[in-house]
Amino acid sequence: MSDHSQGEIEPFSDPGLPAHVHRRADHDPVAEKRAERQVATLFVISALSTIAFIVSFVGIRSDQYIFLPLFGTTNAQQLALGIFFALALSAIGFGAVHWAKTLMPDTEQVDLRHTMRSAEVDRRELAATFDDGARDSGIGRRSLIKRTLGAALALITISPLILLRDLGPLPRKQLEHTNWQKGSRLITDPGGIALKAADLQVGGVAHVLPELPNGRHQTLDDLTRDAVLVIRLRPEDLHLNAERTNWTHDGIIAFSKLCTHMGCAVGLYEQRTHHLLCPCHQSTFDVTTGASVIFGPAARPLPQLAITVDSEGYLVAQHGFTEAVGPSFWERSV
Amino acid sequence: MKRLSKYRRHPLAAALVIGLGLLLVGSIYAFATPAAPAEASNARNQAVQEGRQMFLKGCSSCHGLNAEGTKIAPSLIGVGAASVDFQVGTGRMPMADASVQAMAKTPQYSPTETMALAEYIASLAPGPAIPSQESLNYSRDGNLAQGGALFRTNCAMCHNFAGQGGALSQGKYAASLMGVPPQKIYEAMITGPQSMPVFGDRSLTPLQKLSIIKWLKNAENEKAQGGIALGKVGPVTEGLLVWTLGLGLLIGAAVWLGAKSK
Amino acid sequence: MSDTQATKSGIDNGAFDFLDERTGIAKALKNNLRKIFPDHWSFMLGEIALYSFIILLLSGTFLTFFFVPSQEEVIYHGSYAPLAGLQMSQAYASTIDMSFDVRGGLLMRQIHHWAALIFLAAMIVHLLRVFFTGAYRKPREFNWLLGIGLLTLGILEGFAGYSLPDDLLSGTGLRIAEAIVQAIPLVGTYLAFFLFGGPFPGHIFISRLYTIHVLLIPAIILALITVHLMLVWFQKHTQYPGPGRTEKNVVGYPLMPVYMAKAGGFFFIVFGITAFLGALFSINPIWLYGPYNPSQISAGSQPDFYMGWLDGLVRMAPNLETHAFGHTISWNILIPALIVPGIFFTGLALFPFLESWVNGDKNEHHLLERPRNAPTRTALGVGGLTFMIVALINGGNDIIATHFGLSINQIMWFSRIGIFLLPVISFLITKRICLGLAHKDRDTVLHGRESGRLVMLPNGEYIEVHEQISADEKWTLTQHKQYDVIAGQTNVDSNGLQRATGIKGRTRRALSKWMYGEQVAKPTTADLEIESGEH
Repeated sequence: MSDHSQGEIEPFSDPGLPAHVHRRADHDPVAEKRAERQVATLFVISALSTIAFIVSFVGIRSDQYIFLPLFGTTNAQQLALGIFFALALSAIGFGAVHWAKTLMPDTEQVDLRHTMRSAEVDRRELAATFDDGARDSGIGRRSLIKRTLGAALALITISPLILLRDLGPLPRKQLEHTNWQKGSRLITDPGGIALKAADLQVGGVAHVLPELPNGRHQTLDDLTRDAVLVIRLRPEDLHLNAERTNWTHDGIIAFSKLCTHMGCAVGLYEQRTHHLLCPCHQSTFDVTTGASVIFGPAARPLPQLAITVDSEGYLVAQHGFTEAVGPSFWERSV
Repeated sequence: MKRLSKYRRHPLAAALVIGLGLLLVGSIYAFATPAAPAEASNARNQAVQEGRQMFLKGCSSCHGLNAEGTKIAPSLIGVGAASVDFQVGTGRMPMADASVQAMAKTPQYSPTETMALAEYIASLAPGPAIPSQESLNYSRDGNLAQGGALFRTNCAMCHNFAGQGGALSQGKYAASLMGVPPQKIYEAMITGPQSMPVFGDRSLTPLQKLSIIKWLKNAENEKAQGGIALGKVGPVTEGLLVWTLGLGLLIGAAVWLGAKSK
Repeated sequence: MSDTQATKSGIDNGAFDFLDERTGIAKALKNNLRKIFPDHWSFMLGEIALYSFIILLLSGTFLTFFFVPSQEEVIYHGSYAPLAGLQMSQAYASTIDMSFDVRGGLLMRQIHHWAALIFLAAMIVHLLRVFFTGAYRKPREFNWLLGIGLLTLGILEGFAGYSLPDDLLSGTGLRIAEAIVQAIPLVGTYLAFFLFGGPFPGHIFISRLYTIHVLLIPAIILALITVHLMLVWFQKHTQYPGPGRTEKNVVGYPLMPVYMAKAGGFFFIVFGITAFLGALFSINPIWLYGPYNPSQISAGSQPDFYMGWLDGLVRMAPNLETHAFGHTISWNILIPALIVPGIFFTGLALFPFLESWVNGDKNEHHLLERPRNAPTRTALGVGGLTFMIVALINGGNDIIATHFGLSINQIMWFSRIGIFLLPVISFLITKRICLGLAHKDRDTVLHGRESGRLVMLPNGEYIEVHEQISADEKWTLTQHKQYDVIAGQTNVDSNGLQRATGIKGRTRRALSKWMYGEQVAKPTTADLEIESGEH
């Protein structure tokens, strides 16, 4: 509390509750009757809306559409059900509140508050009772019991935790594994067409997956690590070191499509600037310099997949990825 | 229009108009009559010449006298007729100003002029041809649901899940695909205009491209299921609506509830 | 008139006897049926949150009758042609089916989703009301903490629900959530594998999430709401200052009948408005998003607004990672997704305790403060809000870019700088506004209100006549308490004990000066005397 106000008299004092102002309905029977009718009308509107709801449910087919401005052609059943449901509900609400506002007494009433703290006598009584109970239990004296109980309680929390162990397998090296391996053909996703180098023009892209043995198809789990984007540039546009240049074929370069930031599919390729953009958090990668990060929160380049062509001219992986694809994790060593 | 009126004042304008008119009549005649191959190739040569003249007037200042490209605009050698038809036919070229990207607007050249330009560019080096109308029978040849899946893998990252368009880096954007004629969509896929990459005939087969067009055309005319669509851009507009209309109505009701009745 | 004729009570019947003889409830109800609640629209904000939670329980129960929480792959053969024959999870297929092949199913889905957005939005505005009026002060700190807990749980619950249909957008959201878990040093990878039953997306997560969404979190929310409301009941509601309203009383209308009718009616109004949104506005049209596929993505992938700020923070984060000793620490994820939100929410939770430590006030407070009378707190609140809004804007920067012809890179840089600068600027501006308003209050009390009537003085000068304000208004404008800055020099407190002069004492003095150093003094009796002397 303000110290300086203690010495001074507060200039104003509480004038107390203002006088009650009567409403029209309080003294005018006509207004009162009107208010009553308004409330009843709202309740009737609600009842009628419910009937209309039932009629719409039964009477309007699910595939019936109507044209409305703003909506365009829209599903009539969904709209009718929704509007009548909304009307039925809100009319009850508005009716009840209107009733309370116009017809129920509106004189403000006063309740007294009491401090939350219990009375001293109650607190003392509780303290005494508690001490009695504690003494009777002997917990203060019997330290052996106290300590062993403490240890037992601490240990028992382990059981539920250990039960959670089988929620999932241990990570081991699974995050580092993809289905790409030496000789995997690049097949389009979706479609499954194996690509040859000639199938990609300069400025062209294809979303590809590794062809799996025995005609197996990728599961969603596979897609989470296998998705690759293959892009063709003019070879002179690429500025890579000798090893990475060796991983490309005649301007064709392939990257993991999974963002090194949070794993979204980085498929947004701007062929004029050679930038790859992730729509999730807008990390931008420069394809010409091996997908190095030029903007946004990603910290690492997209892993490059070494590709070449096989004897039949199909694009194939030289070997699997040399690093884990997708977002970072604690065990990841660069 | 400004550009055209500029031409009108050019000293050679009258001669050009007469020349163009003659060529036009000639070429229409050539197309309209079942001509012998020699005549057709003759007509084509005329169109190429005509296109070259238009190119020199309207395009060469940026793309170079022989379409070889300059610092400010790419080479057009090998981009093919489809590219010209897309760029000029959607009004993207010639560009209105040197902004980050050419915007679709009312085409500056008539369809015939566009064809002539396309013939000229196609004559420079082989490139993607304009797909014929009968090859674009998407409603017969396309698969709607497959088109959706293909769209989501190949296109949605730029054009959004419903083809409404989206942001690229540095102020560029992917255009909305609503209302774009099938032929132009197809041309865009095979030529890769501006930021868009090229989707060759194996990375997306012609049938797959038709499926995508079918899905887009369906999305364009799709009936609303749940009411007003809020732009089909995801949760941003939904959040905006709940903070404005939703909370507005609720707080309005609360204010009414708390106000003393008269 | 009851004196002359014994009237039979409305509850004097067999059913009530049955109840009372088994519960003794009459005694409890006797004192509470006419309990007084103060009436103000801003007290209904929490009620909006409560009612939308009930709507969520009702509509959600309906949805569970049709939703199949399974990631088993099926081929879709329902009535929505653009998905015909596609492979998808049962979760997605069943959500499509309930949207198109169950009458009213889509309406219920839309009501459920709108109600979720309203639930979160109402909790946030309720929190803001409580913060800016100082309603969290003693004895209501528990309820403040419960509220923060409810908001946190609400965000998690909303995200869980958004993720269940297994569409492209929600799967992308889960992918990001998984990356956040995976980024936790030491245990992250293990946690992610345990959560998802293996590498993402696995085959079990949707059904686990389902249990979390329909049982675990709602049960905790329900329990916390119960305690939250019981505390409101026992502590009695706060009230705005005014004539006749004191720290010792509560002025308002009785529970029965006025408040029952108003609160009960308001539930129907909230439900009605939610149904109205569900009827007219499409929300989460998952049939357009398509089934989840990790190699697909849509432009403008965003979460709902209550997660949007988090996404915005993640987008603007610096691209820092530490690679050392064969391990990786992703600061670019940890800082925006865990550390900053952690600090923000912890600070929010601790604020009541910090404030009462600084001002040393251990009294109970039931009269609310006007925001202008606590300028530093109000400014702090606006600063925090600005922080969140900048983050939220950045979370939608791609949509803003395409709709307003801007570049995402520009908006990102605006946000990166703005997240530091704008909270400070808005803090300073708000504080000035508060002090200005307090000055105006003081002037109004001393000189009255400008009446708009101009009077020409004999010397030709025009003055505006000021009208004295009523005694009621004077009281309302001057009843608030003000805190003093802790004296800086003395090392001895009032009990003659050595005051803590260490870092703690100095911090407290500095904070005290920061919070209460600039205030507009209330008019004193002396001020009034000078004023009356002038006239």
